[in-house]
Amino acid sequence: MISAPTIEYLEIAPLLLVFGAAIIGVLVEAFAPRHLRSAFHIPLTLLAIAGAFVLTVLLAVDKTRTVAVMGALAIDGTTLFLWGTILVLAFISVLLMNDEGQFVAQAAAVPGSAEEQEAVLEGQAQTEVYPLALFAIGGMLIFPASNDLLMLFVALEVMSLPLYLLCGLARRRRLLSQEAAVKYFLLGAFSSGFLLYGIAMLYGYAGSLDLAKISAALGTVSGMDPLLVLGTALLGVGMLFKIGAAPFQAWKPDVYQGAPTPVTALMASGTLVAAFGALLRVFWVALGNLDWDWSPILWGVAILTMVIGVILAITQTDIKRMLAYSSIAHAGFLLTAFVATGGPEQNRVALSSILFYLAAYGVTTVGAFAVVTMVRDTGGEAGHLSRWAGLGKRSPILAGVFAFFLLAFAGIPLTSGFLGKYAVFQAAVAGGATPLVIVGVVTSAIAAFFYARVIVLMFFSEPAADGPVIAAPTVGTALVVALAATVTVVLGVLPQPMLDLAGAAARSLFVY
Amino acid sequence: MHIVYPLVVSALLFSIGIYGVLARRNAILVLMSVELMLNAVNLNLVAFDVWFADRLHSGQVFTLFIIVIAAAELGVGLAIVLAVFRNRRSVEIDRLQDLAEPPGPGEEPEPDAAQELEETRS
Repeated sequence: MISAPTIEYLEIAPLLLVFGAAIIGVLVEAFAPRHLRSAFHIPLTLLAIAGAFVLTVLLAVDKTRTVAVMGALAIDGTTLFLWGTILVLAFISVLLMNDEGQFVAQAAAVPGSAEEQEAVLEGQAQTEVYPLALFAIGGMLIFPASNDLLMLFVALEVMSLPLYLLCGLARRRRLLSQEAAVKYFLLGAFSSGFLLYGIAMLYGYAGSLDLAKISAALGTVSGMDPLLVLGTALLGVGMLFKIGAAPFQAWKPDVYQGAPTPVTALMASGTLVAAFGALLRVFWVALGNLDWDWSPILWGVAILTMVIGVILAITQTDIKRMLAYSSIAHAGFLLTAFVATGGPEQNRVALSSILFYLAAYGVTTVGAFAVVTMVRDTGGEAGHLSRWAGLGKRSPILAGVFAFFLLAFAGIPLTSGFLGKYAVFQAAVAGGATPLVIVGVVTSAIAAFFYARVIVLMFFSEPAADGPVIAAPTVGTALVVALAATVTVVLGVLPQPMLDLAGAAARSLFVY
Repeated sequence: MHIVYPLVVSALLFSIGIYGVLARRNAILVLMSVELMLNAVNLNLVAFDVWFADRLHSGQVFTLFIIVIAAAELGVGLAIVLAVFRNRRSVEIDRLQDLAEPPGPGEEPEPDAAQELEETRS
């Protein structure tokens, strides 16, 4: 006898809202006339994300700490904090997507063909990007909440599949965009193969897909260690690929450079937050008692990620590529607190520092990519760094804001980046990972060099005669830049409320 | 039947898949190799399910999910590959090198394939 499952609709309401809006978006694509579609999509998408955020806040005020849908989803403080973060990041990324001219008029048309010109003249737009983005955001919400490995896999694919498509839809430089989509897709599918094999091994070890039961099996099952070790390793490969930790970081620069910039912003912020949340839950809940085994390997991964991220960032000449390497380095900084597990108190400190870092870094990242969308050449965004020379003389405000974001990435005091780094490094020292912190501080110093190089380029070089123009920002883009700059300042000057919030979210650790 | 036999078969299948992904240049063949990897996982899950006599049949249910999601993944993948093929008349992944590390100081810059394509077209 199998009894009917119970579903806690109230606790998963944010998910239902986002997926419901995504499905309505698909119906709009199917039935609404072409010229009305974007008028439907934009308010629908923004309202759904804002509504889901309100519901998440209500759940958080209600102090919901429960396991929902027959143990498939864990709605705890961490989940709610990450949901809130992802929804804010998604909201501002969608505001960037609204900007005209980011997405292709008709994805199936060959660039330069008669079809393409016709589509552009008719003012067509591939409005499917909004439902696709909503599905990806829904996947991002489930990913850190998934409490069993089946849910984890489904969430990973629901998050990734729309992103593969979104990557290939840039209006300008279409070949690069499609190349990015192919690379992301093939490497993503390859890595999810590893993830699945790892899941199968863990299932073979524990006889269950439930994270709590796998954790319990660690103490009771004996003589099956090869399955456990292989499973943990392969699952780790799949998850570390998603956060872009070395040596699985190769896709990140190519994809971030080729994808349309609003999609890059969504991936660099939302996907990182979601994947890090899922990594935390799997390794701390299911494999937490195994930390003596995985911790040394993740030490190596963290060091490699920080070093590769900053060293390769120095050689970059493309602004989006440089930001991609900086994102790899930041994943490494986050991993320093991730490996610093210990007693419950230590775990709480480490978890809250990671949560704060993710929120602070995500908002700054979207802001930086928003600035990138505004600096344009005739062929689209001016990606090459040499084109940014002298930007500070032409457009001091924009260059100033961008310089500020770069300083936040570098971790200069009075920005959110400083407090984020301080928090994770402090947690890492308390957890006995001092060597990692030393590597982290050294690599941060190297990272400051290439951020400073861009600032020097913008303010102390002569602008080229045919330099890029600064596109007059749409309301959405201006709002995103202003919001990101404000959050970066506020979290840098008055971080206490946010630190308290992260601390409260981490207080009960994970429910399972 | 002992659990080891299906596990060995599946490990071999998975290895063939990995070899295919790394060695093939045609994007379609790479996709097929990925499918081999996923099917190796399916075999594993079903074998473990039977071995445990899992009352909830988690392994078999997971297999069904993998089959469905693999189909969706293939649809998305073929759409992307098709779009690339329409633009480039080729699905060789080795030739997708426009997004790559900038050449070092001593190296010759690669000819820009995207640029060439645009030029030949105009």
